[in-house]
Amino acid sequence: MSDHSIIDYILHLGDNALVLGHRNSEWTGHGPILEQDIALSNIALDLIGQARYYYQYASDRINAAEHTSHPFPGQETFTEDVLAYHRDAWDFRNCLLVEQSNGHWGKTVLRQFFFSAWQFELYGALRHSRDSRLAAIAAKSLKEVTYHLRWSGEWVIRLGDGTEESHTRMEEALNDLWKYTGELFVPADYEKPLALAGVAVDLATIRAAWVAKTGEVLRAAGLEKKEGEWMQKGGKQGKHTEALGYLLAEMQFLQRAYPGCEW
Amino acid sequence: MDTQHTINDIQNTLQDKTSWPLWEVFIRSKQGLDHKHVGSLHAADAAMAIENARDVYTRRMEGVSIWVVESRHIHASNPDEADSLYDPANDKVYRHPTFYDLPDELKHM
Amino acid sequence: MSSAIENGFQEKIDQDIRIEPRDWMPEAYRKTLIRQISQHAHSEIVGMLPEANWITRAPTLKRKATLIAKVQDEAGHGLYLYSSAETLGITRGEMIDQLHQGKAKYSSIFNYPTLTWADMGAIGWLVDGAAIMNQVPLCRASYGPYARAMVRICKEESFHQRQGFEILLVLSKGNEAQRRMCQDAIDRWWWPSVMMFGPNDDASPHTAQSMRWKIKRFTNDELRQRFVDVCAGQVKLLGMHLPDPDLVWNEARQHYDFGPIDWNEFREVINGNGPCNKERLAARVQAHADGAWVREAALAHAQKNSIREKAA
Repeated sequence: MSDHSIIDYILHLGDNALVLGHRNSEWTGHGPILEQDIALSNIALDLIGQARYYYQYASDRINAAEHTSHPFPGQETFTEDVLAYHRDAWDFRNCLLVEQSNGHWGKTVLRQFFFSAWQFELYGALRHSRDSRLAAIAAKSLKEVTYHLRWSGEWVIRLGDGTEESHTRMEEALNDLWKYTGELFVPADYEKPLALAGVAVDLATIRAAWVAKTGEVLRAAGLEKKEGEWMQKGGKQGKHTEALGYLLAEMQFLQRAYPGCEW
Repeated sequence: MDTQHTINDIQNTLQDKTSWPLWEVFIRSKQGLDHKHVGSLHAADAAMAIENARDVYTRRMEGVSIWVVESRHIHASNPDEADSLYDPANDKVYRHPTFYDLPDELKHM
Repeated sequence: MSSAIENGFQEKIDQDIRIEPRDWMPEAYRKTLIRQISQHAHSEIVGMLPEANWITRAPTLKRKATLIAKVQDEAGHGLYLYSSAETLGITRGEMIDQLHQGKAKYSSIFNYPTLTWADMGAIGWLVDGAAIMNQVPLCRASYGPYARAMVRICKEESFHQRQGFEILLVLSKGNEAQRRMCQDAIDRWWWPSVMMFGPNDDASPHTAQSMRWKIKRFTNDELRQRFVDVCAGQVKLLGMHLPDPDLVWNEARQHYDFGPIDWNEFREVINGNGPCNKERLAARVQAHADGAWVREAALAHAQKNSIREKAA
């Protein structure tokens, strides 16, 4: 197993967290009520915190790697900011789900719910990883993810089972997002050997629990998921939707416009 | 209990269907002995009120206990009745600690 | 001619005994407090917007996280203040309506645009600095809930100003573009910050009564002078200058003399003609309107649940 695989996997985990944290932070100052503005910013902060742990780990790995297997030739020393601000979209390994635009509040909470339900199972398993640093990050993050899951699940139910208007909007949101949930359980090439080695989570082992949890909440929300829908994928391998390019252009602007500066 | 009682009759009778009720928040810190009133917030239901309280008033500190009560359920004493309610009548002076003359060596009492 | 009960009220204040929500208070005191506290709350909320502008463009992950945390704190401060105002018999909904209808004011400073990353530094250093100077004395305000909210706010405010100054300090030690960015932000934010303290004392008719009621502890000019003195010293640490050619230390007064304030600009901005007044208010109105279906749904769901619980 090449060093590339583990680095790709760590970046996948970190990119998921950064991209979703960034998306959530777009709501700051524009939420439907003050208290919820604060709640979603908290979640954004948690996710960015997770991303930083992963990027710091990935940096250590990349910096220690032998020159021949260096995944980003040309770059001198890696840091969390190099990884966040100097990779183009094709080097990002996040799932497509997290880069989707925020839409209305219902779409945002549904996106969060699908993702948090997945992170909950993933971290539950990842904290037993043979890679002790990944295990530690997962263990540390599980508590906050448990809260994210609770918060978002409650919102899905409130809105699905609220008014006629909110129900309709949740159905729209489900229509938009469901097609991105399949990718969560399709291992990328770099995941397969890692899962066999007990480093990465074998996604097949966590799928049933995710299906059960999401099924339960969607039912309570009066929403029906679509069976047999064609799933979009590619994010984990760097093939993204058009959304990511714009997101990165905004996020990375200062570092790209003024390279080599301290901030 | 350091109660910051709120009277919001206007809120109580509000027919506005987008206006969430007001909740009072009480927090007991990890090392604390009792719940202290810290303020209020708006939430649609108790679960949300507790989560909001966690986010706003505890900064997610662990091991704290949160109580939330809808403001309209709090009944408060009337400050005008303070004299009769909190009665420091002279014949009950034995209830005041300064009444007892204790040796200086006895500390912390 | 004041009555016994009014005298009793003023005596409490003179003795620094707190006034609490159910205590008797003159109607004018209640009205003034509602206006002052709610406008302070509105300022926190509107104040989130110029900084939230730069969250998605923050240049490092650490800056991104600390900026989100700062803006989130401001939301929290708004919440504490709305909460204390609600103890005086006004609802959050009424206060929000007043803001959106232009009947309530918020601090004029937030009607200025944030044009560069350095503005995040300038706002933290100057705007938060001015706010802290105003807020610390209010921790001893006569109205209990207001004073307690201010204590909470002041505790959390400490990192905001330090964060801002640090951003500028790093820029001041950067390359030419960064140093220019730093001075440019100071040039744009200095005078609006000085104006934050309000009109001169002789143009502030309400100051005397507010001081008597201890909902204002120092006059506008006193606080402004203190602010100028402190910043004039701090700017030297940045190797930058304040955009005031008349700024000079006055040995006799033991204070800095400073140049004339453009009160025309202040008035225009207060009256809606600042660079961003329309955008700021529009953003708040939009967020509130966009959120109506959410708030309605949450309430509807809660009501459905309580019916189900009763039936069970």
